[in-house]
Amino acid sequence: MPAIEAHHLYKVFGRKGREGVRRLEAGADTDELKKAGLTPAVIDASFTVEEGEIFVVMGLSGSGKSTLIRMINGLHPPTAGHVELYGENITAATGKDLRRLRRERISMVFQHFALFPHRSVIDNAAYGLETQGVAKEERRRRAHEALELCGLTGWDEHLPSELSGGMQQRVGLARALAADTDILLMDEAFSALDPLIRRDMQDQLIELQQKLGKTILFITHDLNEAMRIGDRIAMMRNGRIVQVGTAEEILTDPANDYVAQFVADVDRTRVLTASSVMEPPAAVLGAEQGPRAAHKLMREHQLPAMFVTGRDRTLKGYVTEDEVGRHLDQKDITGLMKPVPDFARVTPDTSLADLFGPAAETPAIAVVDDAGRLNGVIPRITLLAALAAANESEVTTSSETETVLTPDIDEMKEAVRD
Amino acid sequence: MIEGTTPLTIVPPLPVGELFETGFDWFKDTFDAAFDAIGDFINSVIDGFAELLQAPEPLVLAIVFALLAWLVRDWKLAVGSLVGMVVIIGMDMWDPAMETLALVVVATLFALVIGIPLGIWAARSPAVSRILKPVMDFMQTMPGFVWLVPVVILFGIGVAGAMVATVIFALPPAVRLTELGIRQVDSEVVEAGHAFGAGSRQILKDIQLPLALPTLMAGVNQVIMLALSMAVIAGLVGGGGLGNEVVSAISTLDLALGFDAGISVVILAIFLDRLTASIGSRRPGHGRLRELRDRFTRTPADRTPARVS
Repeated sequence: MPAIEAHHLYKVFGRKGREGVRRLEAGADTDELKKAGLTPAVIDASFTVEEGEIFVVMGLSGSGKSTLIRMINGLHPPTAGHVELYGENITAATGKDLRRLRRERISMVFQHFALFPHRSVIDNAAYGLETQGVAKEERRRRAHEALELCGLTGWDEHLPSELSGGMQQRVGLARALAADTDILLMDEAFSALDPLIRRDMQDQLIELQQKLGKTILFITHDLNEAMRIGDRIAMMRNGRIVQVGTAEEILTDPANDYVAQFVADVDRTRVLTASSVMEPPAAVLGAEQGPRAAHKLMREHQLPAMFVTGRDRTLKGYVTEDEVGRHLDQKDITGLMKPVPDFARVTPDTSLADLFGPAAETPAIAVVDDAGRLNGVIPRITLLAALAAANESEVTTSSETETVLTPDIDEMKEAVRD
Repeated sequence: MIEGTTPLTIVPPLPVGELFETGFDWFKDTFDAAFDAIGDFINSVIDGFAELLQAPEPLVLAIVFALLAWLVRDWKLAVGSLVGMVVIIGMDMWDPAMETLALVVVATLFALVIGIPLGIWAARSPAVSRILKPVMDFMQTMPGFVWLVPVVILFGIGVAGAMVATVIFALPPAVRLTELGIRQVDSEVVEAGHAFGAGSRQILKDIQLPLALPTLMAGVNQVIMLALSMAVIAGLVGGGGLGNEVVSAISTLDLALGFDAGISVVILAIFLDRLTASIGSRRPGHGRLRELRDRFTRTPADRTPARVS
């Protein structure tokens, strides 16, 4: 069951919000409503967040993302539509039910930390447990654990005002984690922090998520942050969700010009992965084949070297044309085969930025999955072409890379001769 | 014809005061018995409290006041208070001063009991706030003497009427500063309370009131100051205490008596102001009272400094 389901959420501020929703459904645009004194903050937002996912809502200020996140835990009632948390309708819940859902299901981290200045750090962290009615000793113990988990030890009895911004947000995060809810809402949680601390917190959040398996709905206006931590990203503009997808999907296949323009400045080499630029190997040699077959294949494809795989496509090693040519009379190729050095094998989700180092050392990188199977190869020239395409903010297609394959062969020959 | 154009007769006479009086008379006739009962109750509370303050040896009570000042602030205020109280004793103004103090304390308590809930209500409901605002303006800007007329009619000459007039005059800052204090609490912090599933009563008790406390205490301070000034004016209607002395000083043109009473009021005012101001400005839970409590409730083993700041 999905953790969060948002169904056609609308938030229109103004006296006749409902009428505003009807007009929006009938096709009216934001400007028309503004003339009528209505402010549409969120328009027809629907999305699903799966359990254990980090879902990022990305938009500039005024795009409605803060209003959206507040409708998820009922701080703002939607004008239309509803939200379900694990199948339970929180929008319809009132009073006691609403408070129970908030205690058990969903906690929140705020942009400006929203710590209680009159309570010590540990009492802040224990607040969620306090509303849950957990006994004092127990909640202090669990709050202390949460603080340690967030890298904050020895500050329990201090007041929040004695802590730096980054530390205060750790308290905010600990407060949300101590409540031990399934879902964590994070409203621009790192936006008020210095860039270095922000990066640190992002890493820590990803680490914590992997350890604890929480479902996280994260709001940000920083695209790099969204790309860094989000499993999936919802792009918001003027109250509407314009695209939902993984970082790579949004980069390589933007839904409209707005998104395309927005992602133009992203450092693609950090987002795109080896699997998105690799190509199927032009020819692969089976380990059981002999040197003659190998020589023939390499001649046919004009390759100076090729990878050798087993029957189950696991990568065994590589052979060079020179070596094979000198030993055509041998029965088996295994004697001529050299192991692929570690730096030349990468996993499919290695980012492009991490491929440049290996590419400097070897003419072709092998992309190998966890089971050791060869998924594809990345010749040096393909990497350069992908980078060039990325900088032109164009989509890398296979036809483009094929046209640049020819010079690659000369280069590979040179490399092998060296 | 000429008459018709003079500015004097363009505006018809408005019998505002008479209308008020008619309504007030009806009010009084209808609820007379109730007001008598309330008056008796107030009289007995204030008289009892005043007698309690007058019962011990004046010097002993002066030392108690000084100790109180040391508890909430420091030894300087303690010494100042002691000197001030001794001066009052020396001027032979102790008994009327204690009567006035009793009137001020009881009036302040009434004003807070009425004013703080009203302020909380106004902070939560914009409609209530809109209604209360002009009422508060009216109560505060109406000259204090005017309030003496209706209360004398309702309660007769005496302490009860004086106290009611004092409460009316001193109430507005309690309402206003409570409302202001609660509204000033960071909305994100209140949101955090909601987000973690706290009810509105919990949020009021655990978040809004503690964070509004400095502003609220400024309100309490204002209430006390206004109550003191009104309590002296209320001497005109038999409020007793220092007000009585002032009134008789005026009627007999007794400069010495007037000054003795006036200086006593000033000393009381400074004492009460410093006392309440230091309660309000203190960081929560960091006072001498807390220190004392810690010292007596903790075992020596964990008396290690809990706060590093």
